[in-house]
Amino acid sequence: MLQVGKTYDPLLKRPFCIFKREGNVIQFVYRIRGKGTRLLSNCKKGDIIQAIGPLGNSYPAPKKDFIAVAGGIGIASLFPLLERFKNKAFLFYGARTKNELVMINKAKSLAKKIFTTTDDGSIGQKGLITDVLNDFLENRTMPVYAGGPMPMLQKVSDIVAGRGIECYASLEEHMACGVGACLGCVVKTVSGYKRVCKEGPVFPIEEIVW
Amino acid sequence: MELTVNIGRLKLKNPVMTASGTFGYGEEYSEFVDLNKLGAIVVKGLSITPREGNPAPRIIETPAGMLNAIGLQNIGVKTFIKEKLPFLKKFKIPVIVNFFGDSIEEYVKAAEGLSKADGVDALEMNISCPNKQAGWIVFGTDPKVAFEVVNAVRKATDLTLIVKLSPNVTDIALMAKVAEDAGADAVSLINTITGMAIDIRTRRPKLANITGGLSGPAIKPIAVRMVYEAYRAVNIPIIGMGGIMNSEDAIEFMIAGATAVAVGTANFVNPSVTLDIIKGIESFMGKGGIMDVKNLVGGLRC
Repeated sequence: MLQVGKTYDPLLKRPFCIFKREGNVIQFVYRIRGKGTRLLSNCKKGDIIQAIGPLGNSYPAPKKDFIAVAGGIGIASLFPLLERFKNKAFLFYGARTKNELVMINKAKSLAKKIFTTTDDGSIGQKGLITDVLNDFLENRTMPVYAGGPMPMLQKVSDIVAGRGIECYASLEEHMACGVGACLGCVVKTVSGYKRVCKEGPVFPIEEIVW
Repeated sequence: MELTVNIGRLKLKNPVMTASGTFGYGEEYSEFVDLNKLGAIVVKGLSITPREGNPAPRIIETPAGMLNAIGLQNIGVKTFIKEKLPFLKKFKIPVIVNFFGDSIEEYVKAAEGLSKADGVDALEMNISCPNKQAGWIVFGTDPKVAFEVVNAVRKATDLTLIVKLSPNVTDIALMAKVAEDAGADAVSLINTITGMAIDIRTRRPKLANITGGLSGPAIKPIAVRMVYEAYRAVNIPIIGMGGIMNSEDAIEFMIAGATAVAVGTANFVNPSVTLDIIKGIESFMGKGGIMDVKNLVGGLRC
């Protein structure tokens, strides 16, 4: 959780996944989406903001080749996997438009193979990344790791359902405390509400009740 | 310098406690805060049987505040005593347990269950809940019903009993007096103020529950006013809360009439803020030559 500024509006910290850690340097990648991220983007070198973490869980390590499905800025959650398991990932990376396929070249260099789509066809195939994934998955049973907006994750869930494919999704939810105290960021699962900040953000996708 | 205050039979080493629902069962924040330094800890509200809570989204940020509709999700009195209380017992500070019910019977059962447990030092009853036996009218908004439920709980427990008042009333002084007359040892105020936010593009409410409770600095002036009004109406101690972000806010509440303060939403913004507030109060007292923190209480000059 990162403090975005010393204001009362926005008030709360914002949750981000850790993009990269090298020694004492931690990197985050985010898209400017609202007041909080805009304020954060105004930070200058040397500014001090409060951060708490690491919080919650992470993707379990894949044992062999795997599929990574990223929707837009959701790529940030998958990058640590791509870096740690170089040339092991079939990466499916979709976004609304070319500019939102961030770090595409870096991702290309880390993945075994990459498939890209944009909603407007400005780069890669025009359409949804989940459709490309669906075609690719035929007869394959590699584990799937997915990070992106909820509608995309739900599609991934539908695609892998009943195929005996191991699949993990990293969820996004509004958060207040980030430490499991406020119960604000829950997701409905087959075993009741679970806290995205504490039991998550990564869940076996079949546990999620959409 | 004297920082201790008394709430009923509780002796607090300083006037700063946590607000129920914002600090979990203590464990969640123990990595950030030495709990032994707090005046007291108030844990998340419990009911006699567990509650699943509301669907998501449950929280949304608003200017200088947040709306929440958690729906009183909790593990229930029994599981709390078995699984959470042993951790809290390790600390030397009073453990205040918040609880609620949707009938007088449930309130009484929860109070009895908690009173028997070793390690519960005081009870805080949340009366901002709808009464299923009376058309779902909120207990804490009807003086007669509020008296009845507080009085029933009073008879069911020997522990220090704090009644947490709802601000969604026209006359908070009256409600504070009702709680006192019904046997409360202290009142705490304010609970969240009912609010609502709408996404204008989808025309849908931002919370799945449609309405929620507003907290944070946005509500502080309302809370200070209500503490001031309650202070003039009752003789029992008041625990003030509502948007306290720093020691200056805490001191403001004390001057309005609060003997102690509770910090809620600010814990989300800075998990160790309670400790900063305690230090800030000490430093304010030092600079102002205030020897006893009790000298601040109700010290308003009009």
